[in-house]
This record gives sequence, C-alpha cells and structure tokens, in this order.
Amino acid sequence: MATQFTASTRTDDLPEAMAELAGEFHALEQKDRLQLLLELANDLPDLPERYDGRLGEMEKVDECQSPVFLAVEVDPDPERTVHLFISAAPEAPTTRGFAGILHESLDGLSAEEVLGVPDEAPYRFGLAEAVSPLRMRGMVGMLGRIKRQVRARTTLDERQ
Amino acid sequence: MTTQTDPQSKLAAYSNPERLVSTQWLAEHLGADNLVVLESNEDVLLYDTGHIPGALKLDWHLDLNDQLSRDYVDGERFAQVMGERGIGRDTTVVIYGDKSNWWATYAMWVMSLFGHEDVRILDGGRAKWVAEGRDLTTDVPTVTPVDYPVIERDDRTIRAFKQDVLEHLGQPMVDVRSPGEFSGELLSIPDYPQEGAMRGGHIPGAKSVPWGRAANEDGTFKSREELEEIYLGEQGLQPSDDVVAYCRIGERSSHTWFVLTHLLGFERVRNYDGSWTEWGNSVGVPVER
Repeated sequence: MATQFTASTRTDDLPEAMAELAGEFHALEQKDRLQLLLELANDLPDLPERYDGRLGEMEKVDECQSPVFLAVEVDPDPERTVHLFISAAPEAPTTRGFAGILHESLDGLSAEEVLGVPDEAPYRFGLAEAVSPLRMRGMVGMLGRIKRQVRARTTLDERQ
Repeated sequence: MTTQTDPQSKLAAYSNPERLVSTQWLAEHLGADNLVVLESNEDVLLYDTGHIPGALKLDWHLDLNDQLSRDYVDGERFAQVMGERGIGRDTTVVIYGDKSNWWATYAMWVMSLFGHEDVRILDGGRAKWVAEGRDLTTDVPTVTPVDYPVIERDDRTIRAFKQDVLEHLGQPMVDVRSPGEFSGELLSIPDYPQEGAMRGGHIPGAKSVPWGRAANEDGTFKSREELEEIYLGEQGLQPSDDVVAYCRIGERSSHTWFVLTHLLGFERVRNYDGSWTEWGNSVGVPVER
C-alpha cells in the first residue's frame, strides 16, 4: 500500500528549482495549475538518441497509470551531477507532466541534492486537489525510483 | 428522444441503438440545440491537450465521485455538475473518452443512476475521432449554466453493493478483468500498480469475460452478432438473466454493463462498483482461484 502523504505548501526544504516551480503552482488557481502541468508535459525533452529503441533497458515506473520509462545517469564529477531521462506517451499528459516537474526540478543537481528531496515532495505543488490525490502516486513512484537509482549508482561507485 | 438517432446499420442491430452514435453522426450534429458533448478520460489532462470542438470535460474522480466517502456524488452535487455544463434534464448527452470508452461508459452509468434519459456513447471514443483526423481544439466553450433538478440517486436498479453480491452468489456473474487478475496472479490491471487488494482471485462462480472482448481494435463495439456469440453462445447467458458485472473499481465493468444492457438488451445488469478493491480486501467473503 502506498504511504499517505499530506499536501503542504512548505518549500524551504526543496532544491531551488523545485521550490520555485512549487511556488509557481501555488500562485495559480486550480485550473491554471492544470495548464502549467500541461506545459511541463509538452516541455519534457525527448530521449537522446542513445536511448532510442532501448526502453526495455530503462526502468519501468509501475506506479504510473500509463507506461513510463526512466533512466538516471550520474556523472563522475565531484558533485556527482544527476541527469534524468524519462519517456511517457503523449496520450498520458498527466504522467508526462509529473515527469516534466521532476525533470525541471532535479536534472543537473548533485546526487546529494537529489537524495535530499523529501519523498512527499510531489504533494508540495498543490496538484492533489487539481488532479485528485489518487493520481499523485505516479509521481511519488517516479521520485522514489529516481532516488533509488541515484543511490544505487553512487554507493556502487564508492565500493569500487 | 429530442435529438434524432444515428441510423447507421451496424448500430440499428443493437437492442438500444439510440444509445450509440458514430463519429460521422457526431461530426454532423456538433452544435445542435440541446446536445452536449462530454469527454471523460482516465487521464485528467487529456481533454486539455485538444478535444472535440464544443465538448466539455467530465472527470470521473473529481466530478462523479464523492471526495470524502467512497461513493458517487449526491443529487445536489450531480445537479451542479450537470447544470454548470449546460445540461438540463431533457438534454441529449454524448460521452466519449480514452481507453476504449471505459470512463465514458462509467460516466453514462453514473448518469443512469440519476435516471438521465438521453445519454449516448460515441462508438470508438476519442481514439477513433483522432485516428480519423477529425477536428480537435483546445478552446474550452463558455457555457450558460442551466438548472438541473436535484434527483435522488437510484442505487437499487443498476448498482450492486457487496451485500447484494453475497446474496447473488450462484447466479450469473461476469468478471471483466484480465485473465491474470481473474486467476489471482495479478492484483490489478497488467502494467498498472499492483496494489489495492489483500487477496487475489475472483468471486466464486463468476465467468471470466475480459471487457476488451466486446471491443474492436479501433475501440468501437463489436457487432451484435459477434457480441451474442461471446455472451450468449460461449458463456450461456440469457437476456432475461439477473447479471452482476465487476472489475477492480467499476470502470471496465461499466463497459460490459453498457454492452449487456444497451447493445444486447439484457433486462437486469448491475455493476458492482466496489469490485475487487472491495471484495479482495473484505474479511470473510469467499474467494475462488
């Protein structure tokens, strides 16, 4: 069973880009929040060529209502910069929008910053009321898997 | 009926042909007086990416479900949802949606709990309209609200509760979920989150007829002849049978409810909307694998 999180407007414990985006959502009325979510869905970058036809090698996000595939790369630089690659169908704009929020918020951050994002961060965007809480678990699942992959990639390297 | 029906021959063969319209019919009738088109999807944002010109969004969860208890909206809220979309009691409503009309038939079923008479489904739903390259727009129409009467929901005729199902054991029941869910291997739709039930399996005696067997590749309903072959020929059901249909939360079984009731003319079909997320979590109810 999914953990129940409560919606919150707190942003001071979020990475800067995520806090800004959360602030943007909160400044809008419910129906405009959906429009912003749709913009983020449209802005989700296409997968780079090296992932073409390799969805099978990416991680499938089972918590989402429609197929979402996720890949995480961590650079070998001192910050351990994180890069996110997410694929979601155009017929699933809500899921794409969730992916867009996470991409916009987390891509390019250090591994430490990504791992420091609270697990309930998806509830900080004022979206639960706009799309129904039931639909939020897809984003919680996506964030959990991103963090797990970042953790796996960084701890694996430390052991080497 | 206030709005004329679609005379297409495939539709004419069904028991209640007035409950279905073709994309062609809808294209010709857009903008007609006293006709309101609703889009009802699984994805709450899909409507906003582009919809049939003039169509309004009806969200199964935000508009039709009570936000506190697991139930449907009451008569007052339903009147508000209809009225703000310009729907009066005698308005012809055509509903379409994604996923082969799961949520469109679900919305029709909920509207039928309130006895709205003239509700129709767009055969093939959103996918067919899009595939045919028909017009889409992101313009949301401005609606002049109308008064919709406050109607008491009828939960006895086409809806079954858990207790009704317990009393129904041994009589015809259709499990419309995937074979994996029926056998108990899966707790939810393949590729969907595997959560929501403590036990896997099916209600004892239920026949497994996955909803999708009633649909063609393009999302349209199969012909009457093909549907009779499945439900009457193969499954041995009779239009006079008292049938309960269920799935996981009642959306896919709304599709089958529609097929049995309006396409094949079954006299008494109830949708058990509690479905597996209630049955599979209930203490002391029988489960078969």
